[in-house]
Amino acid sequence: MTALRALVTLAGLIVSWQALVMATGLPPYLLPAPTRVARALVARWDILWHHTQITMLEIALGLVLGVLFGASCALTLAASRYARRWLMPILIASQAMPTFAIAPLLVLWFGYGLGSKIVMAIIVIFFTVASSFYDGLRRTEPGWLDLARTMSATPMRILWLVRVPAALPSLATGVRVAAVYAPVGAIIGEWVGASRGLGYLMLQSNARMQIDMLFAALLLLATFSMALYALVDALLRRLIAWAPERLSDDD
Amino acid sequence: MTFSAPAPQSHNTPSPDILVHAARLSYGGDLLFDHLDARFPGGRCTCLLGPSGVGKSSLLRLIAGLAPPGAGGEVIGGDGAPVTGRVAWMGQTEPLMPWLSARGNVAIGPRLRGEGGYDAASRRADALLTRVGLAGRERDRPATLSGGMRQRVALARTLFEDRPFVLMDEPFSALDAITRFALQEEAARHLAGRTVLLVTHDPLEALRLGHVVHVMAGRPAILGAPITPPGDPPRDLKDARLLALQGELLDRLAHAAAAA
Repeated sequence: MTALRALVTLAGLIVSWQALVMATGLPPYLLPAPTRVARALVARWDILWHHTQITMLEIALGLVLGVLFGASCALTLAASRYARRWLMPILIASQAMPTFAIAPLLVLWFGYGLGSKIVMAIIVIFFTVASSFYDGLRRTEPGWLDLARTMSATPMRILWLVRVPAALPSLATGVRVAAVYAPVGAIIGEWVGASRGLGYLMLQSNARMQIDMLFAALLLLATFSMALYALVDALLRRLIAWAPERLSDDD
Repeated sequence: MTFSAPAPQSHNTPSPDILVHAARLSYGGDLLFDHLDARFPGGRCTCLLGPSGVGKSSLLRLIAGLAPPGAGGEVIGGDGAPVTGRVAWMGQTEPLMPWLSARGNVAIGPRLRGEGGYDAASRRADALLTRVGLAGRERDRPATLSGGMRQRVALARTLFEDRPFVLMDEPFSALDAITRFALQEEAARHLAGRTVLLVTHDPLEALRLGHVVHVMAGRPAILGAPITPPGDPPRDLKDARLLALQGELLDRLAHAAAAA
């Protein structure tokens, strides 16, 4: 039912878009009709798919590494008081820096290839992951901690066997948000300096007034981003099946 | 500090007393108790009643080693060995970890202590789950169990730990009356022979389960004179003497609450 509604909405949007272009006679270099975009998608599929694969790889690697890095940060903070004192200010300062501003630096340091895009994605997402996971690690049900202490558990064992599992739903929240922002990071990286990828293709198409191509690339990016979110969400639900469902069915 | 695992408690050899000497605890600037002395008899169930915030739970935490007994204060077993490390704890809040099965919850102790032998532990956990009436539910997660079943799992975990001292902080307060009644009975039966300290808000529960009942009152708090209801727990609530004692207890609690 939900999927059907989404399809109807989408069809409605496409039809009104087509109608708008036909009624106003807007030139294709301002707003190409959906039919034109579809033609570009089919005719130049080879090029589009080539660049999509590059961007998908950047996003996937950035997401995995960003989540790993963010989770490690949270664990370090939770495990050590010194880490909390010394690392926390650096983490917060790192977020005060606009990521766009350092993108050129990343390209300088990590090159035009995959490296700079993956680092960009990591920078965009690791803090969300770290802060939501760390928040979960700090909010363990006090009764479980009491129980573990009366069982003579060491702080390290309490961390791994009680606090980490208890914080997994919070980590999952962070990872879901990360799945949304990882494409943003990769595309920013490609805009600033790249020779491949959907972001690069979009800039090129824009400069050459091939707006139908730009829309086709955008469509592929949006489709992949939504699929990624759905995949991550389904995976997390399976992995943490014991967690109470926080989202209502309306979502 | 290392403790060897305690020998399994047989129902016939009573556990040692718990001795509290000159304990002192403040919470948020308030002195909850000062120079508190208490002796909780070995192998018996002692119930602690008192108005909210008087420090019942804090005293329990102190005995469990979760809070320090203050300078000069001491908590020690009647056999001269420390109480800390020989305690099975049954807390007030949600007792089970939702990501573990019933079996995993019962057998969490060895994992938290880093002891091996998980197969043997699982078998023992299953046997205890059967003993508390949860045969066939070993693999179920807490979310699929009722409140009463979850407390039964917590009881099985307490039995699994097999400690001489059992500290319980309002373990049955969230249950409906009938489930609570059944669980009181089971807890009394399974924990017989151990030194049990039970904090409760319910005078009738105290009278049903306690060999000795104390009302805790005042600030700093002291333990009131012991009340020893007649007969052995779990007692029959139709006994008229219990109802008379309940009246007396409610009186004392009302006084304690007014004084606080």
